[in-house]
Order: sequence, then C-alpha cells, then structure tokens
Amino acid sequence: MSTELEPLADPGLPHHVHRKADTDPAAEKRAERQVSILFLLSAAGTLLFIYSFIWIPTDVFVFLPLLGNTNAHQLGIGTGLGLALFFIGAGAVHWAKTLMPDEEVIAQRHEMRSSDEDRASFVETVKEEAGKVQLGRRSLIKRSLGLALGLVGLSPLILLRDLGPLPEQSLLKTTWDKGIRVVTDPGNRPLRPEDLEVGAIAHVLPEIKDPEHRKLSDIAKDAAILIRVRPSELKLSEERMAWTHEGIIAFSKICSHMGCPVALYEQTTKHLLCPCHQSTFDVPTGAKVIFGPAARPLPQLAITVDDEGYLIAAAPFDEPVGPSFWERNI
Amino acid sequence: MKTRREKIAGGVANFVDERTGAAKWVKKNLQKVFPDHWSFMLGEIALYSFIILLLSGTFLTFWFVPSQEELIYNGSYTPLNGVKMSAAYESTLHISFDVRGGLLMRQVHHWAALLFLAAMVAHLLRVFFTGAFRKPREINWILGVALLTLGIVEGFLGYSLPDDLLSGTGIRIAQAIIQALPVIGTYLAFFAFGGEFPGELFIPRIYTVHVLLIPGIILALITVHLMLVWYQKHTQYPGPGRTEKNVVGYPLLPVYMAKAGGFFFIVFGVTVLLGAFAQINPIWIFGPYTPTQISAGSQPDWYMGWLDGLVRMSPPLETHAFGYTISWNILLPGLILPGIIFTGMALYPFIEAWATGDKREHHLLDRPRNAPTRTAIGAMSLTFMVVALINGGNDLIATHFSLSINQIMWGTRISIILLPPLAYIITKRVCLSLQRYDRELVLHGRETGRLVMLPHGEYIEVHEPISPEKAYLLTQHEQRTPLEAPGADANGVAPRGGIKSKVRSRLSKALLGEQIAKPTAEDVKAIESGHH
Repeated sequence: MSTELEPLADPGLPHHVHRKADTDPAAEKRAERQVSILFLLSAAGTLLFIYSFIWIPTDVFVFLPLLGNTNAHQLGIGTGLGLALFFIGAGAVHWAKTLMPDEEVIAQRHEMRSSDEDRASFVETVKEEAGKVQLGRRSLIKRSLGLALGLVGLSPLILLRDLGPLPEQSLLKTTWDKGIRVVTDPGNRPLRPEDLEVGAIAHVLPEIKDPEHRKLSDIAKDAAILIRVRPSELKLSEERMAWTHEGIIAFSKICSHMGCPVALYEQTTKHLLCPCHQSTFDVPTGAKVIFGPAARPLPQLAITVDDEGYLIAAAPFDEPVGPSFWERNI
Repeated sequence: MKTRREKIAGGVANFVDERTGAAKWVKKNLQKVFPDHWSFMLGEIALYSFIILLLSGTFLTFWFVPSQEELIYNGSYTPLNGVKMSAAYESTLHISFDVRGGLLMRQVHHWAALLFLAAMVAHLLRVFFTGAFRKPREINWILGVALLTLGIVEGFLGYSLPDDLLSGTGIRIAQAIIQALPVIGTYLAFFAFGGEFPGELFIPRIYTVHVLLIPGIILALITVHLMLVWYQKHTQYPGPGRTEKNVVGYPLLPVYMAKAGGFFFIVFGVTVLLGAFAQINPIWIFGPYTPTQISAGSQPDWYMGWLDGLVRMSPPLETHAFGYTISWNILLPGLILPGIIFTGMALYPFIEAWATGDKREHHLLDRPRNAPTRTAIGAMSLTFMVVALINGGNDLIATHFSLSINQIMWGTRISIILLPPLAYIITKRVCLSLQRYDRELVLHGRETGRLVMLPHGEYIEVHEPISPEKAYLLTQHEQRTPLEAPGADANGVAPRGGIKSKVRSRLSKALLGEQIAKPTAEDVKAIESGHH
C-alpha cells in the first residue's frame, strides 16, 4: 500500500464537442421547431383539461385496456393537466440541451474556513462586547435569569395538561360484567347456544341500553368473539372449562399484541389469526400464542346462559384486554 | 438606443435594486456554477415532490373536514349509503366523488408523498455511497436524516387523516407503541388521544400536525439544506479538469435554471399522470374505521413497511416484574432498533471521520469502489432494510405464492441476521475486484478482443491503451493509510485513552486497510518502456 503516490497527470477538461445546432443553422432551426412543438403540446394539454373539466359528464366511464373501467372526467382532466405540465418541462430541457450554451464553466472554490485574521477579529469582538456585559461578575443576574427562563419553559408543558384525562382505571375495565347479555356485532341481537353450530364463530359486543350509539372507545375494548368447538376438543384447566358453555368459548377480540381485531378464524386448525402481524392463537388451549410476536394469550371471557337461555357473561374479564402497558400487572 | 423590453426590464431592476441593493448578489448568484450529473437530480425530485405536496395538499384542505363526529352517509357512492362514519371519512368520499378534480388531487397528493420518500431514500443512498456527507457537509447530512424522519411521520399522519379502516388500524398500532413505553406510556397515549383509543380528538389533532407543524419544520429544514448546498457549492464527480478546488459545470443563468426548472415541470407532470392513471388509496373500498373490523392483507405505506416487518418478525418477548410489564416485542422492533439505526445513520459522517482521521474538506465525490468498506456497510444496511420491508408484506407473499407464512417468517428472521453480513462480504469483494480491474485498465489498457499472430507464431490479444482522461479518472482518488494506535513508549508505558484509540485504529484498519494500490505514474512508465 503506497502512501506518497505520484498520481497521473491531469489532462484537463476534455475538448468541447459542438452540437449540431451550434454550427448548422438548419439544425438550429429544427431544434427551435422541436422546442416550440413541445410547448404547443403543453398548450394542447391545457385545452384538453379545460374541455374535460367543463364538458365531460362526471358519471361517464370508459373501458381502457389495463386500467379497466375508468372515470372519463377524471382521466380527461388528469391527462390534460399532466401533459400540460410535462411538456413545459420537456420543452425547457430540450431548449437547454440543444440551443443554450453548453460550454462547461469552471469556478473556483474557497476554503470554508474563515481567514485567521477574520477569526481573530471575531474572537476579539465577541470577547470585548460580551465582556462589557460582565456576566462573570454578575452571578446574581446570571442565576436569576436562569431560573426565570427555566421556569417559563415549564409553562407550555403545564398548559398541555388538559390534552387528556389520566388513565386511572380505564385500561383495566370493560363494559363486560356478570349478567350482561352477549349481542351480535353488527345487529345487536342476543344469542342462544343453539344459534352457534360447532365450528362457528360469532363476533359480539356486550348488550347496552342504547346500542345505536355505542362509543368507538368502548367498542375498542368490548369487542369479543365466541367460538363453538366440541367440548372434548377443549384442553383447558378445570377453572377455565367452567368459563365455557357447551363447547362455546369466548375471548377478547382485541389482540394482546398491538390491539388489532383478531378477526380471522381458521376452522379446520382452530387457529385465530391477527392480520396485522400474524400472531396466531390456538383456541382449544385457551388462545395460547403459537406463532407471531404476541406475548400473551387473548383474555378469556367467562360465559354462561341466563334464565331465558341467552348467552351472558358470567364475570368481567379477569385481566385488562388489549395491548400491554407498564402498569398492567398491578 | 434601448429597446422597449430593455426599458421595462431596466425599470423593474431599478425599482428592486434601489430598495434592496440586490444587483451585486443577484449577478454573482446568476453566474453560480452547478455540476451536471443525473444522480444529482434525485434530491431535486424530493424537493419538487414536496412542492407538489404543498400545492395538492392545500387544494384538499379546502374540502376536508378533520372531525371524528359520527354521521350517516347519504351521497354519491351508493354502496356506503346508510353506513355510520366520521365526518373526516365522509368529506374524503365527498372529495373523491363530488368535487371535480378531487379524486385527481387526492391521488396526486398520495403519489407525490410516495415519490417524496422514495426520492429522499435514493438521494440518501447516492450521498452515502459517494461520500458526499464528509466535511463540510455533515450538517446537511444530519438535516437530511431529520427530513427523512419527518417525511415518514408526515406521510403516516397524512394517510391516516381520512379515518378509513386500513389507516385506522395503523393508528391503533401507533397507539400501542406509545402505550408500551415504560412508566409514561399510558399517560402519553391518553394525552395524545384525549383519552382511550380511538377517542374523538386524534384526527383533528394530527390534522394540525400534518398541515401546519411538520410542513413548517420541513420547509425550514429544506431551506437551510439548500442554503448550505448553495453556499458550500455542490460536490462533483472526479475526472479530468476537476479538482478539490474548483467546480466544473453550467451557470445558473440560463442553463441550470432551464434544466432544473424544466425538471420541476417534468416531475409535476409525471406525478399528475400517475394520479390520473394509477389508482391509489381507494378508501371507499376499505370502509370507515371501527375498532372491531379489519381486512386481511393490511399493510402500511411502503416507507413504513420496514417497521411493520420488524414488528412482525419480533420474538414474543415480554418481561413481567414487580407488577410491571415491559413489552420488548413492541419496543425493540418499533422504537429501539429504529432509534439505533437512525442515530447511527445521523452520526456516520463523524464516525467515519474519527476512524480515518481525515479532517479535511472534501468536494470531489468518491467512486463507491474506491471506498470498499463504506460501500459494503451501505450495502449491508440496505439489505437489512429490504429484508425488513419484504417481511412487512409476508402475508401477501404467502397468499400470492401459496407459501406457508410460518416458513416465510422463519426465513426472514434468519435472513435478516445472515444476509446483511453476507452482503457486506460480497460487496467488499466486488469493490476490490473493480479496483483491480481499474488498475489493469490503467497499466495494460483495454482488452479489444482482437487476436493477432506475431511473426514468430505467438498469439497475443491486442490491448488498446485507455485515454489519458480515463486513466486520470481511474487514479485520481486518494488512498489513505489506516491510523496506527500509538504503541507503548520507550519505557513500556501504555498511552492514555487506550481503549478509545484501540477501537479507533481497528475501525481505521477496517475502513482503509484493504485497498488495491492504484498505479502511479512510475508504474505506468515502467510498463510502457518494457512492454511487449
């Protein structure tokens, strides 16, 4: 590896090659014509745009290969405007390339660094003027200024306090509670066990007084799924078996990973798949995570039937639903 | 005798100059020289895309309603009649179906955003692989990384504004990331959303961020970015006539103005044609956002795909201790790893300068092969991001190619660890090979493929010597030696700061150690004199 190399000599800028239009007047005229045609094409584009905007009805569709059925109005104004803009650019670039001077020009660079005299005078000026302030001597001013600026900077942060309520208990509770009926989502109809055959899945919400006006923030926690399997297929502890009813098992629909609804059920394998990051939950073992980044099984909801035979929650969720958070296990 | 045009122009110039003294600096800047290379247009595409975003975005704000208030749809798109949705979603449907040019502008805006980010990435790669980030341009590099980050956030917020099912799912994921932060997560999430997810305040709030705050910051940063380029003068590729102390190119007036200005219209035109012909973000098909619904095959926009891919391949790690939970499966791929990557990216100019000990200004670009380690590092990082990006679409790959998603996931998990170092090794070898090839070209000329039989029977292939311009280009680069760690002195006392200088010398050797020595003038003369 050589360090003090004698490089090959710099042959200097290559010899300038003239363009046709530089020497041949016919070529020059041709180039001019070409540039003008490009600009005129742009004008045509604008005319197409204006025509399309005003005179093509907005509900006409045309069939084009590759694109399929396309709205004619949108296509007309889009093509017109796009070509109008494009050809201005094409014309300008063609003009520059064929007719404008193309001899390369050399300019000199200067070192970014200021000269030593400039630097010295800068330092001197700052020292002198700043020195007049005598900040070093005036420690009381310095400290009180620091205190004032520091404190006033706190105010905008404090002003932001009402951006939102404190979380308090909201992440720990849902609408589900003992005795609340299970209703379909959508439809808000109560369910009986007979409505679900083996292999079926039902997307449900808790029954509330005004089902037409559920708050999205409640839905985001209350969403649940009921899956019916054969009771013999469930592999749960005794305690968790008591939370099921005739093979119907209920889970929170909100993924324990990042909160997407776990809406995809694969009947043959009895797997629930969350479409966001492909976390896969195994229903017979209590929605245990068998694949993907989720770290916890879906919370199970205890269900049973009421006196009229409708499915109800037997108890609220025994853990917070949805994604994890710092205080989750308190 | 002045023509009429000259009189008017003179009048205007006089008006301005009498009030601003502009004549001198305008003249100086009109003569400014800009080097010409296609790779310098990538940053221009980013700039022009941003302008297109501002224009098309302003159009959209005249009709968009940033409100989550619920209403029942009753409009032109009949499949959604009677459906409950937010005013934001409804106004987006209105723009798409009832405002003439509305769908065109929506699509132009979205395509411009995709182009903006793609151009920034391409520009970043060009700047990285040519070493344009070296002194004095480190600040510009950091500004660029900041612009890229802001662009990603801005794009994410932008496509979330219509409050459709697909983008709302993305917001849910973003909220989960915020919420996962230790100690402060739930508070930050509740403050951002004004309560529980999804709340009613998020769309109006991100509207302000998307339309005012971030564009303002981006505009300010772009201005500083461009001012620095203007003042420091653009870099140029090496070659005959080009040195560290000059700029070879074309003046602003008229050539560069025409070319750059023309290119703006070309980019604008192409973007509008994309908006006209290529459907993008058809939110009417997704439906309005509700937290209980989702479509299979949900993906973020491409520039967020790598983040999603990292989250998808993350191992299911969570720590439960003393009643507290830390979700490593969210924090690692969603915050910590991206933080490390972007911080490393921002600091790279300083790391490289420290490792090479090079404190000088650089205005001549590197041919990537002449900086093999840097190029290999770049290839390695790019491979990492591409594997992450591919994994962001693993469910679609599985369905389209009838593959098992489990296998794909394991494939990407292994690939993301194995492929980057492999890319590093291969790239470095290729660079060194290319250096060897350059050396051969200079010393022995170009192989012409013509075989000639000499009188005494020997067959030779005729080599044509390369032009002096080409020879200069191939040998103009500088080859520095690695820094040596200062060894123990005469008394066997090790120097202070031992670890730091050891790391430095190791990095230095890695960056500069392996090079194919470029031929010197003496080498060439030796070949020419004693050659057959």
